Amino acid sequence: MNTAMKNPKSIIENFEIYAPKLVSKEEFFVGGHRACQGCGEALAIRLMCKALGKDTVITNATGCMEVISSLYPTTAWKLPWIHVAFPNSAAVGSGVEAGLTALRRKGKVADRRIKSVAIGGDGGTMDIGFQALSGAMERGHDMLYVCFDNEAYMNTGIQRSSGTPFLAATTTAPAGKKIPGNQVWKKNLAEIMVAHNLPYVATATPSYPIDFMNKVKKARQVKGPSYIHCFVACPTGWRSTSETCIKMGRLALETGIFPLYEVEDGKYRLTVEVPEKRRPVQDYLKGQGRFRHLTPDQIRVIQERVDIEWEALMIKVKHSKSRESLRAPRGV
Amino acid sequence: MGKRVGMEVAIASAEAAALCKFDVAAVYPITPQSHVAEHLSDIVHEGRVDASFITVESEHSALSAAIGAAGTGARVVTATSSQGLLYMSEVLPIASAMRLPIVMIIANRAVSGPINIWNDHSDIMPMRDTGWISFFADNGQEVVDMTIQAFKVGEDRRVMLPVNVNMDGFQLTHMVEPIIMPEQEEVDRFLPAYVPYAALHPDNIVSMGTLGMPEIYAEAQKSKDVALVNSIKVVKEVWKDWEKQFGRKYEPIQSYRTEDADIALLTMGSMGETAEIAVDELREQGVKVGLLKIKLWRPFPFDELKKAIKGIKVLVVTDRAISFGGPGGPVFSEIRSALYDQPKRPKVVNYIIGLGGRDVTVEGFMDMVRRAAKGKLSERYEIYGVRG
Repeated sequence: MNTAMKNPKSIIENFEIYAPKLVSKEEFFVGGHRACQGCGEALAIRLMCKALGKDTVITNATGCMEVISSLYPTTAWKLPWIHVAFPNSAAVGSGVEAGLTALRRKGKVADRRIKSVAIGGDGGTMDIGFQALSGAMERGHDMLYVCFDNEAYMNTGIQRSSGTPFLAATTTAPAGKKIPGNQVWKKNLAEIMVAHNLPYVATATPSYPIDFMNKVKKARQVKGPSYIHCFVACPTGWRSTSETCIKMGRLALETGIFPLYEVEDGKYRLTVEVPEKRRPVQDYLKGQGRFRHLTPDQIRVIQERVDIEWEALMIKVKHSKSRESLRAPRGV
Repeated sequence: MGKRVGMEVAIASAEAAALCKFDVAAVYPITPQSHVAEHLSDIVHEGRVDASFITVESEHSALSAAIGAAGTGARVVTATSSQGLLYMSEVLPIASAMRLPIVMIIANRAVSGPINIWNDHSDIMPMRDTGWISFFADNGQEVVDMTIQAFKVGEDRRVMLPVNVNMDGFQLTHMVEPIIMPEQEEVDRFLPAYVPYAALHPDNIVSMGTLGMPEIYAEAQKSKDVALVNSIKVVKEVWKDWEKQFGRKYEPIQSYRTEDADIALLTMGSMGETAEIAVDELREQGVKVGLLKIKLWRPFPFDELKKAIKGIKVLVVTDRAISFGGPGGPVFSEIRSALYDQPKRPKVVNYIIGLGGRDVTVEGFMDMVRRAAKGKLSERYEIYGVRG
């Protein structure tokens, strides 16, 4: 193993050098789809599919990605793909897993492991699909769920979801004179997934593509349920310019707003180092129209909260212990 | 020949699914379906059928998981009732649009409010237009037979549609009835292995459930309608096969003592057997009455209905659901519409009966016939025996 492999951060720094060796050239989510310019989600899906490889079945919740990729009679998917409805991609994915497992056991399909991977946006995962996700993860299916969180219902026109950050302006939480945007803090779904006793939970962003793909590969290997919360910029919904898509994810990390970590059987580990002196949240907020209305006081409140969350995460990184030996037996 | 056993009908329906060697069951418990859920899990956990049993967290997920599993080419069974069926409703038309031959056993129950766990048809009626084939069983034997037939009909390459088998909650589900349970090798002979048209597998990549723009949506709907309308041929063919092999006859509309009848009752589900007794008693009193029982609700058997009503002057349609603010019960409005262009058609009257488990007696059916014969029904429809 070379130094770069030991230290994911240095892989990122030398991405151009290492990328050709590390990343498959095969495309499973191909061009010609109808995503907006600078869409972080479409990019993330492309990378995810590369990391998953061909023995994968994708279940897609209703949302931008389904709309832009599957306009009949075209498809951007070179993987088996199914879309059923908005709230149920985790449930459908659990059925895909159960079906493939039964058929393989009974000798009705080729005897090799096909991974069921369900995906959805923040609305389809954190709100309307929350129950189905909780059920599918709790039941211990051998499946991966990836939430692509761009922090609002972008497909329907930038309405707030439980993934929308505090004070961000959306079309259903506008920055009004009386009420300045979204009034509650963002739901931390990765933590809720950790509370489901999953063998593997991770946060990721396509702004750190190798880190993201490594996590997808790791999750794919897990025999049981795994969850990745992938933070993706949406220039359209964030009122930011399309060329800042990658930069936004990097700023989210460097400010500590969206730390990149993984939780293996309860054991937390930061996967991408954050500078000792984190950048002020202001650096992340200022490039986005959805935060344009924030006052210095409001930015201070956000900074305080980010600091507290960061410390809480560091405590977990330092003190959490792996429960791998206590994993519940998974079904037959 | 199968063995004659005494068995609770809910359990028997799960046994029938087991005889079909399902690959996946995804079921959420709800009264009065819960014995089906429990017994399906027994069957899987005891290893009597090699299958995955998914203890989903809701009915919405039950049918969603069923779709996912059926998408991989698995033979899938699910079961529900009442609120559970309504909760599933978002996914019902998607299952049929994706042409996945899932079989759903429904223990028919009233819908809330007020909450009521007893039997009527107000759960399945709002699901009428979701593109599923709908069977209605009279008794436990029919539940068993129809469950097995459902797989064969749905999986037929000319059909490829989901099928629901309706059995009245409690009146059937919780009743121990004498049932001839087919032998495994008999079912194996009747039901061929399921060969899916397309399946989610990397060896043959497909995209299922893509976006249909206005240019294609109407065509997609038409193709579903054509498939459902055409499926009646296959239903009848499968029922003929069944009769040949098992000796029990099934028809979309079953007539009872209608040869010379002036009046006929029309029922769906377990009330049919009570109505038969009423017909027998009235016949003894010299009333020329018969009974029509609808076994196939979707696709609706228009031609069979037209044949069945020949010579009948008054048709007493019973419904176990209301179309609020509409023309009466859903079966009634269907029948009236079906007969509209007939040059000679009976007078059609409507009684809405047995809502939320309200008893309907033999005497009740006799009373309905007598009053309808005298033309005594002043309203377009009447909720039979209702107070206030």
